[in-house]
Amino acid sequence: MKIPFSYSLRNLWTRRLTTTLTASGMALVVFVLAAILMLAQGLQKTLVETGSPDNSLVIRRSSESEVQSGVDRYQASIVEADPAVTVGNDGKRLLAKEIVVLITLPKRGSNAPSNVTIRGITEESLKLRPQVKIIRGRMPRPGSAEIITGGSVVKRFNGADIGESLRFGTRDWVVVGVFDAGSTGFNSEIWGDSDQLMQAFRRPVYSSVLFKVRDPGEFEALKNRLEKDPRLTLEVKRETQYYEDQSKMMAKFLRILGISLTTIFSLGAIIGAMITMYAAVANRIGEIGTLRALGFQRASILSAFLLESLLLGLAGGVAGLLCASLMQFVSISTVNFQTFSELEFTFSLNGEIVYIALIFSLLMGFVGGVLPAIRASRMNIVDALRES
Amino acid sequence: MNILKILFKNSFRHKLRTSLTVLSITIAILAFCLLRTVISAWYAGVEASSANRLVTRNAVSLIFSLPFSYKEKIRQTEGVSIVSYGNWFGGIYIDEKNFFANFAVEPKTYLDLYPEFRLSEDQKNAFLRDRRSFVAGRKLAAKYGWKVGDIVTLRGTIFPGNWEFVMRGIYNGRDETTDESQFFFHWDYLNETLKRTSPGRADQVGFYMIGVSNPALSTQVAERVDKSFKNSIAETLTETEKAFQMGFVSMSNAIITAIRLVSLVVIVIILAVVANTMAMTSRERIGEYSIFKTLGFGGWRIAGLIFGESLIITMIGCAFGIGFSFPVADAFGHAMGTYFPVFNVDNDTLGLAVLYSFTVGILAAIIPTYRAIKIPIADGLRSIG
Repeated sequence: MKIPFSYSLRNLWTRRLTTTLTASGMALVVFVLAAILMLAQGLQKTLVETGSPDNSLVIRRSSESEVQSGVDRYQASIVEADPAVTVGNDGKRLLAKEIVVLITLPKRGSNAPSNVTIRGITEESLKLRPQVKIIRGRMPRPGSAEIITGGSVVKRFNGADIGESLRFGTRDWVVVGVFDAGSTGFNSEIWGDSDQLMQAFRRPVYSSVLFKVRDPGEFEALKNRLEKDPRLTLEVKRETQYYEDQSKMMAKFLRILGISLTTIFSLGAIIGAMITMYAAVANRIGEIGTLRALGFQRASILSAFLLESLLLGLAGGVAGLLCASLMQFVSISTVNFQTFSELEFTFSLNGEIVYIALIFSLLMGFVGGVLPAIRASRMNIVDALRES
Repeated sequence: MNILKILFKNSFRHKLRTSLTVLSITIAILAFCLLRTVISAWYAGVEASSANRLVTRNAVSLIFSLPFSYKEKIRQTEGVSIVSYGNWFGGIYIDEKNFFANFAVEPKTYLDLYPEFRLSEDQKNAFLRDRRSFVAGRKLAAKYGWKVGDIVTLRGTIFPGNWEFVMRGIYNGRDETTDESQFFFHWDYLNETLKRTSPGRADQVGFYMIGVSNPALSTQVAERVDKSFKNSIAETLTETEKAFQMGFVSMSNAIITAIRLVSLVVIVIILAVVANTMAMTSRERIGEYSIFKTLGFGGWRIAGLIFGESLIITMIGCAFGIGFSFPVADAFGHAMGTYFPVFNVDNDTLGLAVLYSFTVGILAAIIPTYRAIKIPIADGLRSIG
């Protein structure tokens, strides 16, 4: 025979202060867990959405990122001539030879310097990235010292709004437009004419070559062809893969941090639950004796107390998740160790995180409740009845 | 004396509950100390920087280099006593996971500028004589089991190719804050190789390290250096080593703030646990408190009992937590040696741990005390657990 569910529920309700304190301890643990996982998820989401699956990116072999890479004009033109590159309606190849460098700019408000990615683009760059849209102003004229800035750069850096100008490479660059790239990494970039930027930075080489593959099935063959070509020292990646690699280290760091932190924290919360449940058992010895005398089995007693503890865990888990879900409105900008440039991203919640957080909270409830519940179920009827 | 005795007796009346509470405080204080130490490890580079060293780099950003020809001009600047230079090499040892800092530097001046990197005289001479050699810090060498004479290959990410080096020395740190996990080799080796493979990139220097004769004048020296390269192809930015290191730290500001917040969260978690323990304890003893009141003891005495007990429990936990934090930080520092070259629990952390434990002890006792004092004697005597 089972003890009614409401017995466990009411027990928690009767001792509200204790229940609230214990559950809030667990809620904090779940909050930290969920928040850090959301951060890692947000970072990855931002970088993965940055690439599009049809595009291929070529960088110098073993250079890890566009900033470290260098592709000279000769090699770039060999890539351009490859038959797998899509030809656009105007007969031009859908291929952009870009230069990517980092510059240091002072932040709005604090004036603290931080690294920003600046990308030299060509006409094709925008066609290859349909997610990027000019929301104010216009595109820079080719061959001029004009630049456009991403939405999050405008917010965060001095002199990055339309009409203002930035000074780097011994020239002044006028901001003529602001673009929005959704929640992608491009939002944290500045774009300008690639030839002008190469001149200004005195870098005679491109950083990367981006192009659309004619037929997605051809990618493997193309990768093989270019990487085996003895004239080239290049590496071909799908754009999505490239950006995923960029977030790998940081996301892994955040996940490990999150899980190890919450494991340690959860020990504290589990002990809290244990204290509560031991007290709950100790206070109700007479009650337990009565229940046993009425004919409830040891197993029912065990499950009733375990259920109580699981409910406690669940309450904490739900409260923690609710608080964590508010974090979705917060955006955070930090330097990605791998690319060394500032990137803005938001906390992002998904089903997996909800699932992990809830399982985790139930686990805390279970571990905290199992010993007290066993103690309750092992009580001798006569002794327990005598106690009260 | 008697009051202490009753406090201790009270504290350990529920042995299981008290030990569980103490255990949870121990864990939380331990976690707090470790988190704070992670933050201070982040600042290790700033702490270890010296006031008489300046760093000159390209004003645009770190990824741009400076011409080698600047060296003589910097050396002639008033107030400069010694100039060294180098490049961040960014090489990878076998796998990306094995991250450590590796620099190509001009060895003689560099070792002169960094007296805290201690190298025995023989090893120093051997290192200076062999252009293909490198030296590594004690921790780094221990991690990969390198011995003097070993050949180590790095895969270049910025400078393509596989680069072979012969180990000629292992340096020890002079201070506790010295980074013992760096790897440096001859800039000439890098430069001569670049002259053959990609001449366009040769004779470029990533940064100049400047030793100033008088630290008090370092700002003026920095200004003089920057002024002499104004409006040139590569404008420079010179700052003190401290400011330079601080620039790296402030980039990951968001993460540091997050860790700081999280280290406070753990304190709030134990607050909940201790408050819960105290609430249960005092509820069980409501009857006793009423007897005290009947005997004529005032509210303050009862408050003293509850606060005292709460403080005893938290402070015992705090002492254990602090005690364990040293061996655990040691083990952690060993395991994560290359990410956090310097990992020591400092006094500020310990002070904060004690302060927060004390605060938790006080806060946890407030509600139970309020309840114990407010309840009328008759109700208190009537109530059961």
